[in-house]
Amino acid sequence: MDPTVLKSLLSDVVELTGEHIVLAGVSWLIAAAVGVGLGILGTRRRGLREVSVVVANILQTIPSVALFGFLLPIPLIGGIGRHTAILCLVLYSLLPILRNTIVGIQSVDLPLREAAVAMGMTDSQLLRLVELPLAAPTILAGLRIALVTNIGTAVIAAIIGGGGLGVLIFRGVASVDTIQILAGAIPAAVMALLADAAMTALEKRIRV
Amino acid sequence: MPYLSFHDVSYAVQNRPILKNISFEVDRGETLVLLGRSGSGKTTALRLINRLLTPSGGAIFVDGQDIARLDPIALRRRTGYVIQEFGLLPHWTVEENVAMVPRLLGWPEEKQKERARDLLEQVGLGEMAGRSTRQLSGGQRQRVGVARALAAEPGLLLFDEPFGALDPVTRHEMQQQFLRLQERYHVAAVFVTHDLLEALKIGTRIAVLDAGEMECLVPRDEFLQVDKPVTRSFIETIRV
Repeated sequence: MDPTVLKSLLSDVVELTGEHIVLAGVSWLIAAAVGVGLGILGTRRRGLREVSVVVANILQTIPSVALFGFLLPIPLIGGIGRHTAILCLVLYSLLPILRNTIVGIQSVDLPLREAAVAMGMTDSQLLRLVELPLAAPTILAGLRIALVTNIGTAVIAAIIGGGGLGVLIFRGVASVDTIQILAGAIPAAVMALLADAAMTALEKRIRV
Repeated sequence: MPYLSFHDVSYAVQNRPILKNISFEVDRGETLVLLGRSGSGKTTALRLINRLLTPSGGAIFVDGQDIARLDPIALRRRTGYVIQEFGLLPHWTVEENVAMVPRLLGWPEEKQKERARDLLEQVGLGEMAGRSTRQLSGGQRQRVGVARALAAEPGLLLFDEPFGALDPVTRHEMQQQFLRLQERYHVAAVFVTHDLLEALKIGTRIAVLDAGEMECLVPRDEFLQVDKPVTRSFIETIRV
């Protein structure tokens, strides 16, 4: 391969990897805040729990390409560009986080919860001292799944002008250029594997 | 004045009565055993005292105050509670578990520790302070449960079949320990069990509950002379 072509491809890879990290990372952080928050509230309010899980479920069943497409024509929140892509990724990664938060908290032993309440814990103490620490491994597992999925799904952001490594992959597909496809796919795969390993290590650390 | 008193207390769920017009009093230093079969309402009676449940009729007084007017959180923090399933936090050490209520009450950390250590010594688990509760046997766990219930110097202790899951030898040891602790701390204790031998060993007085009604309430020494159907059927269980 021509050295100048290779050099420009490499600089593309570096730049787009950075964009990819921002896409997947920012959307993951927002989804984490919303998902864990909603999940906690959901364990206190049954109506909210049912509605939020149904909505998150429906969002998850929409094929990711279609979800990106749906948001395009919507004013303010939609349109071409990175912010639409991030919104899309947030919606898409909400379900595992929300569901694992709810399941994690609800699976805390009933006698344990009852003893804590009977000892005089307030609801926020119950949450902080008992439920969240015991649910942490399950919640982290949800966050891990969301992050890894997000890194993969963020590839599709390229079709609505959101940038990221998908740019290389779609360009490569359009021009039947395997090298470009790999230049996009390999960093994305490595990123997903690293994220998975890091989150798994964190999960193991807190599961005493 | 009795430390705990029930005045005509009833409890119903959707018009289905669980407890009907129960009255009794318990002084400090006294242990009232609520004896009854499963579903007799004895656990319900206990849960009314620390306001895990709210009576549908009547009133309960603790230390002269109507508990309906008390903050339930504050009430629970001065009422020890021991349950059959232990309810120890697996992510806290033994010592941290014992110090739970002092911690909730905001005692200085040193005082929390000192109190927990002292109680663990008394229940024979001084060596275990730093361990995880998962490393303990059933009997040891319940010793921690009892120590935890005593930690904030409550005037009232509630026991919900605390030794029901333990083997007979361990159960006997726990009963002996209960008597020693009661001698020392002089609390008003309400003890729920379905085991008559246990009731006779540790109760100052024994009440028999059946289908939400109190069939009898007598001093331990008079229990075996009671001639009422459910009480008789309990007495039958210890006749060889």
